[in-house]
Amino acid sequence: MKIKLIFLFSFVVALAYTQECDLSLEGYVIDLHDNTVLENAVVKIKNTNKYILTNDKGFYKFYGLCSGEYEIIVSHIQCESLTKQIILNESKTLNFSLEHHLESLNEVLIKGELYNSDDKSAISAQISHETIDRFSNATLGDAISTLPGVSSLNTGNTIVKPVIQGLHSSRVLIINNNVRMEDQQWGVDHAPNIDINSAANITVIKGSSALEYGGDAIGGVIIAEPQKAPVKDTLMGKTIITGESNGRGGNMSTNLLKAYKSGLYFKAQGSFKRMGDFEAPDYVLSNTGVEEQNIALGLGLNKISYGFDVFYSRFDTEIGILRASHIGNVSDLVNAINSQEPSFVDEFTYDINEPKQDVVHQLLKVNVFKKFKNFGQLDVQYAFQNNRRKEFDIRRGERSGIPALDLELQTHNLITKFKYKKFDNFSSKVGLELTFQDNFPDPDTGVRRLIPDYEMYKIAGFWTANYQASDDLYFNAGVRYDFTNIDAQKFYRLSRWQERNYQIDFADIIVEDFGSQLLTNPDFDYHNVSANLGMQYNFKDWEWNTNIGTASRAPNPSELFSDDLHHSIANIEIGDLRIQSEQSYKISTQLKRNFENWQFDISTYYNFIDDYILLEPNGIEQTIRGAFPVFEYRQTNARLFGVDVNIGYQVNDDISLNSNFAYVNGEDTSRNRALINMPPVNWQNSVSFQIEKWHNLNLYLSSQLVFEQTRFPDDNFTTPILNSETGDFEQKLVNISQPPEAYHLMNFRAEMPFLISFAELKVGLSVNNIFDTTYRSYLNRQRFYADEIGRNLVLQLKLNY
Amino acid sequence: MKTIKLLSLMAIALFTFSACSDDDDAAPQIINEEEVITTVNITLTDENGNVKNLSLADSDGDGPTPPVANADNLDANTVYSGTIEFLNELKTPVEDITVEVAEEDDEHQVFYVPSSNLNTTINYNDQDATGNPVGLDFTLTTGEASNGSLTVLLIHLPVKEANGVSNGDPTNAGGETDVEVVFSINIQ
Repeated sequence: MKIKLIFLFSFVVALAYTQECDLSLEGYVIDLHDNTVLENAVVKIKNTNKYILTNDKGFYKFYGLCSGEYEIIVSHIQCESLTKQIILNESKTLNFSLEHHLESLNEVLIKGELYNSDDKSAISAQISHETIDRFSNATLGDAISTLPGVSSLNTGNTIVKPVIQGLHSSRVLIINNNVRMEDQQWGVDHAPNIDINSAANITVIKGSSALEYGGDAIGGVIIAEPQKAPVKDTLMGKTIITGESNGRGGNMSTNLLKAYKSGLYFKAQGSFKRMGDFEAPDYVLSNTGVEEQNIALGLGLNKISYGFDVFYSRFDTEIGILRASHIGNVSDLVNAINSQEPSFVDEFTYDINEPKQDVVHQLLKVNVFKKFKNFGQLDVQYAFQNNRRKEFDIRRGERSGIPALDLELQTHNLITKFKYKKFDNFSSKVGLELTFQDNFPDPDTGVRRLIPDYEMYKIAGFWTANYQASDDLYFNAGVRYDFTNIDAQKFYRLSRWQERNYQIDFADIIVEDFGSQLLTNPDFDYHNVSANLGMQYNFKDWEWNTNIGTASRAPNPSELFSDDLHHSIANIEIGDLRIQSEQSYKISTQLKRNFENWQFDISTYYNFIDDYILLEPNGIEQTIRGAFPVFEYRQTNARLFGVDVNIGYQVNDDISLNSNFAYVNGEDTSRNRALINMPPVNWQNSVSFQIEKWHNLNLYLSSQLVFEQTRFPDDNFTTPILNSETGDFEQKLVNISQPPEAYHLMNFRAEMPFLISFAELKVGLSVNNIFDTTYRSYLNRQRFYADEIGRNLVLQLKLNY
Repeated sequence: MKTIKLLSLMAIALFTFSACSDDDDAAPQIINEEEVITTVNITLTDENGNVKNLSLADSDGDGPTPPVANADNLDANTVYSGTIEFLNELKTPVEDITVEVAEEDDEHQVFYVPSSNLNTTINYNDQDATGNPVGLDFTLTTGEASNGSLTVLLIHLPVKEANGVSNGDPTNAGGETDVEVVFSINIQ
């Protein structure tokens, strides 16, 4: 009987073998989460040597299969493997859907969503969620400064503005949760109002190629994206607790995400930070503490063909401004520069007194999308932002409790985008964006308004397209038009109005004459056209990206309307109503290679900016408070070029080396002199050791060398300064131009993961500025008053559950 | 259906939010700065009751118009008792900032710094609660006939304990300068 059966079985098999061995099995491997295809997934037939990798469309095909029973194993580096039994008796199409590992979920999904798929040629760099976690206690600006070509313009230690290839403020767009941040970004001492802990991934696009987000990104775009929800029943969370020795405080942040198989998800995130006065190696930096409370809530639905996303966040920060940087007039400035020590140093305290900033930024957005099979996707998004900024000064007569500046900036933004995707090798996006902004400076401050009341309307339309010419060659192109109307109501001092000669050019905008002040109604229109053309070419292990683009930016309210005294640097800043849009023309190219255990990435750029708006000294004004240098906004032609390099080398399984280098050269070509505030040459080198047998201990040692900036405009001036010993006035040079000397910092970090029953715990210990080096940074506006912070021990616990 | 619901929800949100920002269409309120000092008046009275005035006015506060100073000639070898007042003349009625300075006398100090060629000395006649000088009341003693300048400083939050500060030397005072004015003085 048994023999019979065996015989029969072998007969059947033999029959199958001889008769039906021309079957095929084909299909796609699909990402379960967002229905995108998975490239390089391994499809293997168990117990045979047949396997195949999916192509870039996620497609696989086996030929010459015999009919029978098979076990198919599908795996992908970022996903959980899937095994499926099949019975094959005819040629079949079979698609597999894979689920990501939770760990890598964020990065993968974001890569799929972002430029890697759409705008391949963009010159961009990303920081991983690990870097973000490491900077949990710091700021967005600090975290992305780790990328080559990105630096920061600081006011003290806690106000950190990102600088991309030499440009910052209104020239750098920050996209948080798909919404363009409107947080008074024009001010150099206005840090982005964004909690780094709310981002799961941050991409920096160097240049204006991301036209979808704005046409005025002459410097670049920073895109912070939140954690994406997987389509499965899960509860994920992460808590990071950080303690710091310098500032004697810390930060705690928690993320929770609940997702369902139906595509529904909820998420919540919160963080709290409290720091006292920071310390330079030789003294306390009095009044530099910070307190921050942030919360973000979201819910949404992700179906294959439709979905929505609702998000709310509130960012609340109170930042102390170095007490010694609040000065009266140019004599105080000269004294500060010459004494090389802060004029006010007190005992360490957690108290935050005047001068200080108190900012609350709220964001609410609603996004819905609908996918049309074989046609495309429609996205509609409404976002509301409320930015309330209060700045407190040291004031007389118990007015210190009243802010000296109190601005409420409200922005409504409605975007409709349609992505056309009918063909595999071509996609296109069109969009229409409407923005309404209202700025209200509260008159109860009792101080003349720095930025006037204004209403701004913006209408923008864009079109972008991506075309894949062959397996190795991609093109993309885009064009965008922005119309801006700004309708302001501004009071001018009669004396300023006449000094600017506005009575000739702008006599018709006077609304009312109050004697010593005039109420005026500047109402200006700006038309801005931006365009971009990019290409990516891949050959073997090389990747070459080239971009050429033009971007146009309308002047911001500060450039138009400023007209007041800045106590922090003792100058009078004056805008100009005549300022027009600036237009940049940038060409950039990036070459990348990954070979054996080396990888490198070099990008270079050349950026011409017509009518570049800059702030430049122009004489001195005498007031009852003494003398003040006058800084005026004016327009010139500028040229920036530079190179960013990243090189990595994997010595062996345990040791890797990394090097970052960035150089930028900025020139005012109308006057043949250097541009101010260009980042000095920056060279960072690091070595990391991974010791597997010691619990996966990770050691990381880095060195940062910042050279002296030798190219700077000479804005020095001489002014009579009272010699208080003799009572005589002496002509003194006010050296506000000379950049500080080069410096070198060493940092160390050790990290070890532990697995506990319900979670993964990672403990990290860092020492920043190991040798307690005294230094000053050219890109810190407080470099005249005090040194940068000294050694800092940071202990971090990270819990993933 | 769900999409339509959501879209209508969004539209409602849009109207609600735009509605609440439309409240400041009216012309903004004029701000006459409260803290600006536009005028410094020094009154010097000799033993016979003769009065000399030093005054300086900056009609537009921090604006571009430079301040204008006037100073009477002083008599040689005379002891003057002096007072100083700070006014904000941009406000109606004129605001007397001296009151605020006097109320916060521990946070303020007036310095009188004669140039090296001016034969005069200044002594403080008043004190704050901690016994440090304020400088609202002072004595100015002239010597032989000479010409020179007298610089008057009002410093907010000086370090009064610092070396020389209580003797009227602002070198180590720190703080921030609220007033720095210079009078050309002729002692005859």
